[in-house]
Amino acid sequence: MNRLNKRAVRDTLGSYVFLVPWLIGFFLLTLYPMCYSLYLSFTRFNIRTPPQWIGMANYLVMFKGSAALPRDERFLNSIWVTFRFVFISVPVKLVFALTVAMLMNKKLRLIGLYRALYYIPTLLGGSVAIAVLWRRLFASDGLLNMILSSLFGFTNLPAWISNPSYALYTLIILAVWQFGSPMIIFLAGLQQIPREYYEASSVDGAGPIRQFFAITLPSLSPIIFFNFVMQMISAFQSFTQAFIVSGGSGGPLDSTMFYSLYLYIKGFGFSEMGYAAAMAWVLLIVIAILTAISFKSSGTLVSYGSGE
Amino acid sequence: MKRKRTGLVKRLLLNLFIIALGVGMLYPILWLIGASFKPSNQIFTEVSIWPSNPTLDNFKEGWLGIGIVGFDTFFKNSFFICIISAFANAIFCSLTAYAFARLKFVGKNVWFALMMVTLMLPSHVTTIPRYIMFRRMGWINTFLPIIVPKFFATDAFFIFLLVQFIRSLPRDMDESATIDGCSKAGIYTRIIMPLTVPALITTLLFTFLWTWDDFFNQLLYLTSPTKYTVPMGLRLFLDSSGMSMWGPMFAMSTLSLIPAFILFFSLQKYFVRGIATTGIKG
Repeated sequence: MNRLNKRAVRDTLGSYVFLVPWLIGFFLLTLYPMCYSLYLSFTRFNIRTPPQWIGMANYLVMFKGSAALPRDERFLNSIWVTFRFVFISVPVKLVFALTVAMLMNKKLRLIGLYRALYYIPTLLGGSVAIAVLWRRLFASDGLLNMILSSLFGFTNLPAWISNPSYALYTLIILAVWQFGSPMIIFLAGLQQIPREYYEASSVDGAGPIRQFFAITLPSLSPIIFFNFVMQMISAFQSFTQAFIVSGGSGGPLDSTMFYSLYLYIKGFGFSEMGYAAAMAWVLLIVIAILTAISFKSSGTLVSYGSGE
Repeated sequence: MKRKRTGLVKRLLLNLFIIALGVGMLYPILWLIGASFKPSNQIFTEVSIWPSNPTLDNFKEGWLGIGIVGFDTFFKNSFFICIISAFANAIFCSLTAYAFARLKFVGKNVWFALMMVTLMLPSHVTTIPRYIMFRRMGWINTFLPIIVPKFFATDAFFIFLLVQFIRSLPRDMDESATIDGCSKAGIYTRIIMPLTVPALITTLLFTFLWTWDDFFNQLLYLTSPTKYTVPMGLRLFLDSSGMSMWGPMFAMSTLSLIPAFILFFSLQKYFVRGIATTGIKG
């Protein structure tokens, strides 16, 4: 071994000292648990007795069912609820975030203060305290109905939270209300667009709407895409708000039964750990597929602005 | 002259519009804060934010919590978990980030790619096995399942954030330090660590706030009220108290939001970096 090689070995060893905590974490707290949960997903396991191999049964119960094991309709319902939540709340949130970001991009003396204030719902929105507040906001004798009846004279108002047709929408409103992170990312994007584009186009007689569709939207498309993917991934995993607002039940009538809430109820309420592990893997695959589709379609939808 | 005046009117209208929209958006939070100062019988009859007969009774009553455990315990537990998590996360993520951003070693690209993959991984796939592991180790109803992962840099967001930050630093300082015979540890503690302080503050800040609000793990692992954190305490309060307790409930909710408020308004510029790099979560 020559001197150079010795040095390379010493360099590598010295570098790995810095990487050791992460490596331990990666193997013990990420990779091993992932393999273990994949194994558990093929078993029946209640944590007290050893896992029992049952092959694909957990997955079959989710999607197909059989004569002996009927299909889990609550599981399919939780997918439907979650998809509705994700694909309504994320686009609405992004439209709102972009609109507000354009307002926040104006040159005003107090703009710094405004930006901070508009971020507050996001800062606080994930907390149990706000979820508790939400429950009171949309209750039958809650704040919203109080305003609607005392200020506008409406009567016979529904109890939004305990009505299966409206409960999910209260959670969607809560999610949209937390538009601060995409807003700040959009704002950073808007500040990157050269002013000359707008100046040149207004000389050519383009109005603000034309400018929005011809300049702003195409220039922001990579950022819109990034925000969409990130918000989608996190929306699929929403838990706290549905748990608190529905009192841990996903009700009324499973109308707020988010996927992670059902996973929690199955795994830790009914001690069906094998089934919950299978659900976790289905979620992983769904998110991976949707992310892949987004990246594929971004090729045609997103302009990265190099060349014509 | 005329043009200037229309500009002024336009700007005034714009300001008014932004303020009106902002007040509408913040109204629920302001109402919550106001309600925590109202006597219980007025909370659900008053739409206005401002309490007509302000009182501190809700705070006094709420602070006592339920039975033997009060909110002093919940706040102590929350602060303990969050402070340890924040510092452990910042230190160990920055060690990892230093290795990825500056050091040369065999297998670096593979490890880096794997780290980036864990960034997108939904936490659910590790939830159940981790629970089983921690249960076997007798860690249920302790803070360990929440704190210990932070000592192993499991939050890839912050590694990524710090890697980006360290890469943007000029290399000549650590190059000349190497020539002067400074070791890797020396370069890290004397050059990289001091220069990454802004990114470290971002990491501390976000880890603190996310851990403060991380209801899921606290729900899984903390089982007795003496170990409960603030979110768990609020939930316990919600379940165990009837309608008459909304005043104290709102008072404690208001208190639980204060740390986030203070951190946000004192360290605002560090927020923007965190959001722009990670993009995800509230």
